[in-house]
Amino acid sequence: MSARLFPKTFFTTAASILALLLLLSSNAQSLEVDGEISVQGFLFFENGAWPHQKNQSVSGAITVKIFHEIRDTFHLALEPFYRIDSEDQERSHGDLRLAEVLYFTDNWEISVGLGRVFWGATEFVHLVDIINQTDQVEDLDGEEKLGQPMLHLTVPHDWGVVEAFVLPWFRERTFPGVNGRYRTVLPVDTDRAVYESGAGQHHTDIAIRYSTTLGATDLGLYYFNGTARDPILLFSHKQTSSPMLFPYYEQIGQTGLDLQMAAGEWLFKVEAYYRIGQSRSYAATTFGFEYTLVGIADTMMDLGLIGEYVYDDRDDGWLPTIYENDVMTGLRLAVNDMDDSNILLGVIRDIHSDSTIFAVEASRRLGDSIRINLDASFFMNMDQLDPAASLARDDSIKLEMVWYW
Amino acid sequence: MNFFFSNTLTASFLFAPLLFVQLAYSETAEEKGLAIAMEADRRDSGFGDYTANMTMILKNKQGKESKRAIRSKTLEVPGDGDKILSIFDTPRDVKGTAFLTFSRKKGDDKQWLYLPALKRVKRINSRNKSGSFMGSEFAYEDIASQEVEKYTYRHLREEEYRGVLCFVGESYPVDKKNSGYTKRISWVDTAEYRLLKVEFYDRKKSLLKTLTIDGYQQYLGKYWRADSMNMVNHQTGKSTTLLFNDYNFRTGLTDKDFNSTSLKRVR
Repeated sequence: MSARLFPKTFFTTAASILALLLLLSSNAQSLEVDGEISVQGFLFFENGAWPHQKNQSVSGAITVKIFHEIRDTFHLALEPFYRIDSEDQERSHGDLRLAEVLYFTDNWEISVGLGRVFWGATEFVHLVDIINQTDQVEDLDGEEKLGQPMLHLTVPHDWGVVEAFVLPWFRERTFPGVNGRYRTVLPVDTDRAVYESGAGQHHTDIAIRYSTTLGATDLGLYYFNGTARDPILLFSHKQTSSPMLFPYYEQIGQTGLDLQMAAGEWLFKVEAYYRIGQSRSYAATTFGFEYTLVGIADTMMDLGLIGEYVYDDRDDGWLPTIYENDVMTGLRLAVNDMDDSNILLGVIRDIHSDSTIFAVEASRRLGDSIRINLDASFFMNMDQLDPAASLARDDSIKLEMVWYW
Repeated sequence: MNFFFSNTLTASFLFAPLLFVQLAYSETAEEKGLAIAMEADRRDSGFGDYTANMTMILKNKQGKESKRAIRSKTLEVPGDGDKILSIFDTPRDVKGTAFLTFSRKKGDDKQWLYLPALKRVKRINSRNKSGSFMGSEFAYEDIASQEVEKYTYRHLREEEYRGVLCFVGESYPVDKKNSGYTKRISWVDTAEYRLLKVEFYDRKKSLLKTLTIDGYQQYLGKYWRADSMNMVNHQTGKSTTLLFNDYNFRTGLTDKDFNSTSLKRVR
């Protein structure tokens, strides 16, 4: 497992950056070390659909964040992460979230190493975020990402920011193992990933992006050429073992757009992309709004109302996806108390099938440096043809405690 | 002009300079307020840029406390509102979170929030100005740049406050729909135009909060900045104290320190 997630090149990169860090850290004042230690417990309300799946699990994770300022304009960042899970061997995994050197002037900026880049605007589905691979075993929401090897050049101008990326190594998506919950009907054998490109994991991907602020609108446009981050899962016909799925990573060209606009009391958000290279070209979009009621009922509490819609034109059954024609609604309550308590309620509903996912995320601080998160997910009325149908028996609550040190 | 770190609130609470009192014999209370707001703005202009550190102490009715450490950078923009970058150091779960504000003399400010865990820059809606800033008794509109144009003014009287002769006057938000206030009454000393006290009246016109400002020091021989501000909410019994230190003026900040690129590498 760890051999796959930490290929030798990563170890080498990490080791050399760490060595460099230590070498330069004689000026200890500019060396910052902090991080997070977290413990989480899962409770599932039903037995899993498949043998070996347990109804409880516990897990612990550590993230160390090392930052070193060599000069004002020359930074080093290293962020190793490791998780141990009581049940799912695939969820026990490590990663270097960051291992990068950043150099900047007033007119340009360059970073080299394992980095993290976010593109997007909407709250529920992150369609256009493509630079980093999703660390799928971490969370259902797909917001956890693997460190991506990159050379990233940024040139800000008055008329917008131009960025260029060279991505020399591909990171494979993580998937829950045989014993894990939230998995596909057949487990995914990540050791047998197949690539369309003969270069496989060594294919060099490229991306360019332009982003700008026009009045009340933030706009981003990009083109990406390389290995799709989202694999197609194919059935394995290997005779000797139990049936499995394997990921097939195709070569794509993707043009994407993200937009955030403040209009009066409203925030409007749009993401869209057009992709070529898979057996058929297609487009997908998600858009919506956020409206905040400030100081509800004469308290300090704010209530955000979120409405979003996602459409994927493979909706015709060519290739089913989880988010193909779905409406999402959310309520976000910020209590604005000392402990920064907040609650998010979200409902995702497939328009055709009425498959519904209901999620609650509640969070508050405990003292100065501990945060408690309580998440619950319910999968209702799941249509058998929906790719999310395999989650039908995974109703669960997750309690997590994170210590920031 | 950032409310946080300055006497620049004065800019919006100002009253006729003594110099003009005799000339402006027929001046209305409104004209007097506006004229002085502009004079105070003039007095605080030309600082260029400055950085400061702030400790924000939240206190509830029972006396329980919670602290936040925030660093800020402010850039004066000739002809428009200031650009302000605020970075959270504690509590640790929000370390590295940053707010970037482009204040506007007219129209809505532009505001972004940087979330370091996701490396995500989010637009935030500056119309939500009456909302609490990070759980404190300060609303976004209190910490926003207090541009002269954002209020209308009316002079009430002159009186002594803590042994200092002050102009006392009212100011009313131009954006009545989104402001949490119907009016503010302010005490500004007649000698240096420093804001010493403000009372905030809510939408029902009852007294909501009182702000007192202490420990003014002068920088570059011209610009007054306070060492502490205390906001008390009379309706909830909660309060928030801001303590400032390490003011540095003319540090060489430029527009390039206040864009989306610099926001993403904020430390």
